[in-house]
Amino acid sequence: MSAEHLKIPVRVSEVAAVNALVTRFSFSAISGAELPTFSGGSHVIVEFGTCMNPYSLMSSPFDTRSYSISVRRDDAGRGGSLYLHHNLKVGDEGLISHPLNLFPLNLRARKHLFLAGGIGITPFIAQMAQLSQAGQRATPPFELHFCAQSAGLAAYADALKSQYAGRVTTYFDDQKQKLELAQLLQGQPLGTHVYVCGPAGMIDWVRKTAAGLGWPDNVVHFEHFSAPQAGTAFEVHLAGSGRTIQVSERQSFLEALEAANLNPPYLCRGGACGQCETQVLACDGTLDHRDHWLSDEEHASGQKIMPCVSRIRGRSITIDR
Amino acid sequence: MLNIAKTIPSRPVYESLHALTGSSHLLVADGAGGQAILDFARQLPADWFAAAHIIYVARSENATSHALQALRPRQWHWAPSIPSALPRLSKVLEDAHMGLRLYLAGTEGLIGEAMQVALDAGIDHTAICAEHRGSLVRRMQCVHCKGISENVTTQPSQCAHCGLWLLVRDHYSRRLGAFQGVCIHAEEPANIPPAVETFV
Repeated sequence: MSAEHLKIPVRVSEVAAVNALVTRFSFSAISGAELPTFSGGSHVIVEFGTCMNPYSLMSSPFDTRSYSISVRRDDAGRGGSLYLHHNLKVGDEGLISHPLNLFPLNLRARKHLFLAGGIGITPFIAQMAQLSQAGQRATPPFELHFCAQSAGLAAYADALKSQYAGRVTTYFDDQKQKLELAQLLQGQPLGTHVYVCGPAGMIDWVRKTAAGLGWPDNVVHFEHFSAPQAGTAFEVHLAGSGRTIQVSERQSFLEALEAANLNPPYLCRGGACGQCETQVLACDGTLDHRDHWLSDEEHASGQKIMPCVSRIRGRSITIDR
Repeated sequence: MLNIAKTIPSRPVYESLHALTGSSHLLVADGAGGQAILDFARQLPADWFAAAHIIYVARSENATSHALQALRPRQWHWAPSIPSALPRLSKVLEDAHMGLRLYLAGTEGLIGEAMQVALDAGIDHTAICAEHRGSLVRRMQCVHCKGISENVTTQPSQCAHCGLWLLVRDHYSRRLGAFQGVCIHAEEPANIPPAVETFV
């Protein structure tokens, strides 16, 4: 199944610089209709020009007249975020996917502990809005611990501190402020769930520390989109149709399949959801796995690949499409 | 450990007690479940119970309860019945921090009722280590009057509340900590099969 039919034509309704690296973009439906309902933690695929990247929705789930995302400029990336930063202006038209939540709140938690690193703050802004307005049912307490390089790069930190007084703590590298993670985790009441969104190193640190302190896997939630990275060019043999296509250095494997009109399945385009899982029949080279979906055993088996973020180092790969 | 067949997906099956990573350990057992803790203790370093709290349910203190106390847990509590143990369990969980791990051993009634309290405290069932020991006696909810009958051993069984004769299904409700009982003669009111001792 392709996600093609899930796309919504939208118009840019706001472009706002948040700090030196981050810009906020808002979108509303060209049709004038409300956008689909979503839950905090959801992301959409944003398609404008050469950008086709997943971004977490940061606006309130209670306001579906428009969606907002915040994009950190990645000067070393393949250009999706740069395209948005350099080209997008109010009134531009493009597509977004329907929202998909791979990072939902567990509403049975007795407490939610949010750990954000840098631009990883965005899903928590939507989740905190959701928890704060959830209506009559008593919502469990939550707190946010926000790590960033400096106060100037901690997007929305001041606004969040004033909106959620006493629930937000910041840690700035340039001020040598350090999140004492083990101490923080040990003091949490039974029934707490922890959520982490940030760089891969931070996610690993939180998962390992929590596991070592006796936090069961089911209460540790994380989201890490790997943007597809550039690599070397390679050839793809399609066993199903007998065709051969080329993946260029700056193209993702999935994008090359799409460019050949193959209509491959995908949802998150970030190596997280599993939708694009593909059988590998042969590989002249090494699989370069970048996803968070396949298990270590599956990665080692050489029989599966996630073309949205992964590629090969070598000459060619044969897949069953 | 008794082998229980997973007849349908909701029918719980249990494992053997095994150590979980954690900063403190709460063990709750009834009857023969006490021996499960003693067997488990043989795999553990001697100081493991210094971070453990044992709640043991038995009609009276006995050789098993004395052997459990000899493990020198940080806290020890004997309770004469499951209902009398649950308020303590609830209070311990309410005051606990993340890092506490829960172990249940004994009858399915004890496991089911303690798990209900644990779910209310925010512990997921997948994070609990449970071992079944002792009889196969069941807690059963009558799906008609909603009353729960304890210590059900026969198939069919009579609801202790409304008196209907019920087929005791393998369909288990974790929320209720009970198996579902449905009227066994709804289509043939005159035909009630004889009760056979099944869950012993």
